[in-house]
Formats: sequence, structure tokens, C-alpha cells
Amino acid sequence: MTTATAAPLLEIRGVSKVFGSVIALQDISTTVGAAAVTCVLGDNGAGKSTLIKIFAGVHRHDGGDFLLEGEQVSFSSPREALDAGIATVYQDLAVVKLMPVWRNFFLGSEMRKGRGPIARLDTDAMRKIAKAELLAMGIDLRDIDQPIGTLSGGERQCVAIARAVYFGAKVLILDEPTAALGVKQAGVVLKYVIQARERGLGVIFITHNPHHAYPVGDRFMLLKRGRSLGDFAKSEITREELTGLMAGGAELEALSHELQQGGGAAAEAAQQIEAEAHDLAIPSGVAAGTPPKA
Amino acid sequence: MTTTLSPPTPEADERVARVGLLRRLVLRPEIGSLIGAVILFVLFAVSSTQFYSLAGISNWLDPASLFGIMAVAVAMLMIGGHFDLSAGVLTGTAGLATAVMTTQWGLNIWAALLVSLVLCLGIGFVNGYLVTRTGLPSFIITLATFLMLQGLNLAVTKLITGTVSVGGMAQVPFYDTVRPLFASRINVFGVDFKIQILWWVLVVAIGAWVLAKTRFGNWTFAVGGDPVASRNIGVPAARTTITLFMAVGACAWLVGTLKLMEQTSVQTNQGFGEELIYIVAAVIGGCLLTGGYGSVIGAAIGALIFGMTSQGIVYAGLDSDWFKFFLGAMLLLAVLANQYVRRYAERSGK
Repeated sequence: MTTATAAPLLEIRGVSKVFGSVIALQDISTTVGAAAVTCVLGDNGAGKSTLIKIFAGVHRHDGGDFLLEGEQVSFSSPREALDAGIATVYQDLAVVKLMPVWRNFFLGSEMRKGRGPIARLDTDAMRKIAKAELLAMGIDLRDIDQPIGTLSGGERQCVAIARAVYFGAKVLILDEPTAALGVKQAGVVLKYVIQARERGLGVIFITHNPHHAYPVGDRFMLLKRGRSLGDFAKSEITREELTGLMAGGAELEALSHELQQGGGAAAEAAQQIEAEAHDLAIPSGVAAGTPPKA
Repeated sequence: MTTTLSPPTPEADERVARVGLLRRLVLRPEIGSLIGAVILFVLFAVSSTQFYSLAGISNWLDPASLFGIMAVAVAMLMIGGHFDLSAGVLTGTAGLATAVMTTQWGLNIWAALLVSLVLCLGIGFVNGYLVTRTGLPSFIITLATFLMLQGLNLAVTKLITGTVSVGGMAQVPFYDTVRPLFASRINVFGVDFKIQILWWVLVVAIGAWVLAKTRFGNWTFAVGGDPVASRNIGVPAARTTITLFMAVGACAWLVGTLKLMEQTSVQTNQGFGEELIYIVAAVIGGCLLTGGYGSVIGAAIGALIFGMTSQGIVYAGLDSDWFKFFLGAMLLLAVLANQYVRRYAERSGK
């Protein structure tokens, strides 16, 4: 699946963002195609959150171009981004824990019946639709009225994804959806990422885990300290290279030396890390974190 | 939102049946206050036959209704995640403004009522705007407005009238056109009930409907439950918060007007100290101090408990000096009961 069509669904070119004297992002470019998953990978503090906040309308970008379906855009509020078809599922999922599942599903976009002062919530319809939409995503809820806080992390994630899909998002941004989940739950969420792609959405999948990103991604953009380490189509990069770029092979080696000096169990771990770093076989310049020449 | 006694219908999920009626009932925020109110009613009724006579009921509905109107607005604000400490003295500001404009400046009484309504809404707006704009705790912001209003009520009134009260509303032209709406009596089997009770019922009904059935109510729960999440999902959080503060202003105007028209005079210290009782009523009614959960019907029952206790102590032949002690004890009981209920709900929720 290639994303190199005439006008990708969403594209950024040389985007940057500055907070006071802190350069949070510099010269970031990538594209998101329809029915494609673009993974944004990076460690803590790499600038992933800042980037999605630009997409989501929380921040404005300071430089570069932000194109939605070929048109220049700049959102001043999350609402604007949402209206333009960019839905964001945050790490905190933007759910209100004490509220029932169906109320969360429709929060901010409630269905109403009646007009003027007697316009009221169409609670029956909302319950029915929420239940059906969640079922379509493969979540069979015991009770649509239960507070969303009683669902598991994976289920909550899926409610948030189902909500975005139902409200006609064209671009779905997932902020580390698998970060706080166990292996099985993470697998379930990845399944929904693929489902969203099959429904024709462009998905931006933010993660620090290349093992989660590689199976579902069509395109990979790596961030490090606010700069891009590269933007690759799936055909241009292997899982091992991706893991190597993410982990930073040289850093792994340094860590291995450090642990070796500790002796005992630490030394054992150090050997494993070293072996892994060798297996990755990545160009040391990139792995050490020096940004590639522009 | 309703609890039905009927067995689950065939198409209902079979796993839902495990959630018993008891748990459903217990999960309602107002259930604790309802049980408390029933127990109190029985206790007072046993100790005095006067308590449940029509005259007695009229007597304790009287304070309950005024506190109840405010408790509804304050409960909604608390569900929305905020406090308003200025709500009590704002009832005084409303009454004083109307009284000064009519008796001192000769303004038409209806026009004066309208101006003081706008004033109360405006103060509510300022509270809400400052809270949303600065992100400071509403406790601090409204503590400031509470003190400023308290000072203004006294200073401005003394400046204009030279005394600490404004009277003579009965002599104001067209007072008799306003009176039926705010200070009339309804005769039920030979006993007079004040019209403010009907206002209370109306405010409770509107509040309950808005919370359960409207988009604004949904936003209120959301903003109180998780302000950041609701903003991210597209809820106009600031607008919701400001509107809730303005609703408190509107209710304060209503209560101030009801008192003014009933007593035909107003003291500069009116409403001082009552702001805490509104919060007590809301908390007894099941509102969480942290927001996102609660009920206006519960708050109304909380106000009812307040009214019953204040009069019931007298009927029971106890010294009314004990009243505040009982109120405090009930608040403690209510908070403990609510906490226990919530844990029970969470435990069996999985």
C-alpha cells in the first residue's frame, strides 16, 4: 500500500514548534494516506506529544506547512480540528470515568430531539447506537449504562476509537494507545487500528514500541529530541532497522558496559543487551542520535 | 436512567441481570439523603404530632424552599466541579439592589427587578469568567467576591440610606402587581402555604430535567468529572462553567426577591453564612466535592432535611441552640454514607 498519491490525506512539510526558548519540533515532515497507518516513533521527550497537539488543534505550528487534503490549514481549537475530520484519541482517552459508556461515546456531539428550549437528549437512540457501534468493533458490553471507569484500559481505548470512527473522522490520531496495556490487550487495540484503516481512515499511530508499530504501519516517522530521524515507507525499512533506530544501538552498548561493571545478574543482562545491539546491525552514526543531514 | 422492577426482557444482555435492584437503587446519588429524610421525619413525627400537621409541614417547608432553590443551583455548580461562596450574600445583594432602586430612586418595581437580575447574572458571569480564565480554584475566587459583596452590601446601602436596612417595599407603586408572584399564599385545607414552595418545586424540576435530559446537563457532568478530557473531546468547558455560575446568580436573585417581597424590607447582612448551608445540602444530597457526580433532587432533599431539623427541634421541645450541632452531625453521616455507598458500588461493579 503506497501513500504517494497526488494529494495525501494529511501532510506536514518542515513543521516546527517553539515554546519560548525551547525548540520542541524542528523541520518535521511526513504524510498520512487514506486507508494507511503512519507510525510516529520516538522516546520520551522526542516531541511526539507536541506533534499530535499540532494535528489536533491544541497548538499552532510556528513554521512549515500543514496540509489537509492538499489545503493549508491551521487550527485554533480542538473543535476546529474535529470539524475538519481529525479526531484524536489521547492517552487519557478523553473519557469522563464517572459517566456511563454511552454518554461518553456521544460527549460533545450529543444527539437531540425536539427544538428550541425543549430540545432534549435522544437517550434511547444514543444508547442503541453506542451499543451497536461497539459491537461492530468487537466489544460486547455487559451494560452500556455502566461508568466507563469500570472498563479495562483496552476496552476504553476501543470505545474512544469507535467514537472517532462513528463521528466521521478522516484522520485518526492515536496517542500511545498500547503504552499502558498488557500484551493481550495491546494486541486487541492493534486489531482495531487495522480495522480503522480498513474503514478507509488515515491513522497516525504514536508509540515508542517498534514491535507494535511495525505489524500495522505503512509508514514510519522517527522522532528524536524534536528532530526527525527519517520518514520511511514500509518497503524502505525492516523491523530490525526500525528497532535499531528507535533503541539507538550505541546507547544500548553504553548501557551494557555500565551494567557489566555491576557484576552478577546485571552482567548477565548486559550480555543480552549487547547481543541485541549487535543483532540490530545499524549504522552507528544514526544510532548514536546524530540527525541525518538534511 | 429509570429503575424498573420488571424482570429483564428477553433481548437484554443476560449478564445485566446480575445487577440487582438494590445496587441500582444504591447507585443513585440521592438515595442516602432520601433515607435520612425519612428517618428524620419519623423521629420528629414520633416526638411531636404538630410536626406532621399541615401547619407544621407548611412551617418547615418555608425555610426548606428558600435554601432548596439555592441548593439546586449550587449542586449543579458542584457537579460542574466548582464552589460559589458568594452565593449567600448575593441573595442579599439582589434584595438590596431592588429595594434601593425602588424606594430610594423611584424606579419602577418591574424595571428594578430586571436590573437586579442582570446584576446577579453579571456577578455570576464575573465569577465564572475569572475561574475559567485564571484556572484558580473557584473556592478562592468566590471567597474574594464573597468578601467584596459583603462589604459592598453594607457600605453602599449605608451610603445611600444611612442605615443598615432598606424597608418600605409595601409602599412602592405597583408592589401589589409583584406580590402575587413572589409573596402570596396558597390555601390548602385551611392552611396557608407560601408560594416560594412552588418556585422551589419548579426550580428542582427544571434543574433535574436539564441535568438528565439536555446537552448542557451532559456537559456539566463531563466538565466536573474531567475538565481536560471534556475540553479535548469538544465540550465548550468555559461556557458551561460560566453558565453554571450565572445560574447560581439567577437563583440568588429569585431567593433575594422572594425574601424582599415577603418581608418588604431587607437587611445588609442578609444571606451571610448561608453559602455553606447550600453546600451542606448539596453534599447531603450526594454531590461529590470533587465534581462530576451528584443530583439536584438530592440537594433538594438535603434542603428539606435542613428545614425539617430547624423546625423539628423546636417541635420536639429541644433548645434550638442544638440545631447547628445536629446539622454538622448529619453532614458527617451523609458524607460517610456516601463514601460507603460508592465503595460498595465500585466493589460489585466489576
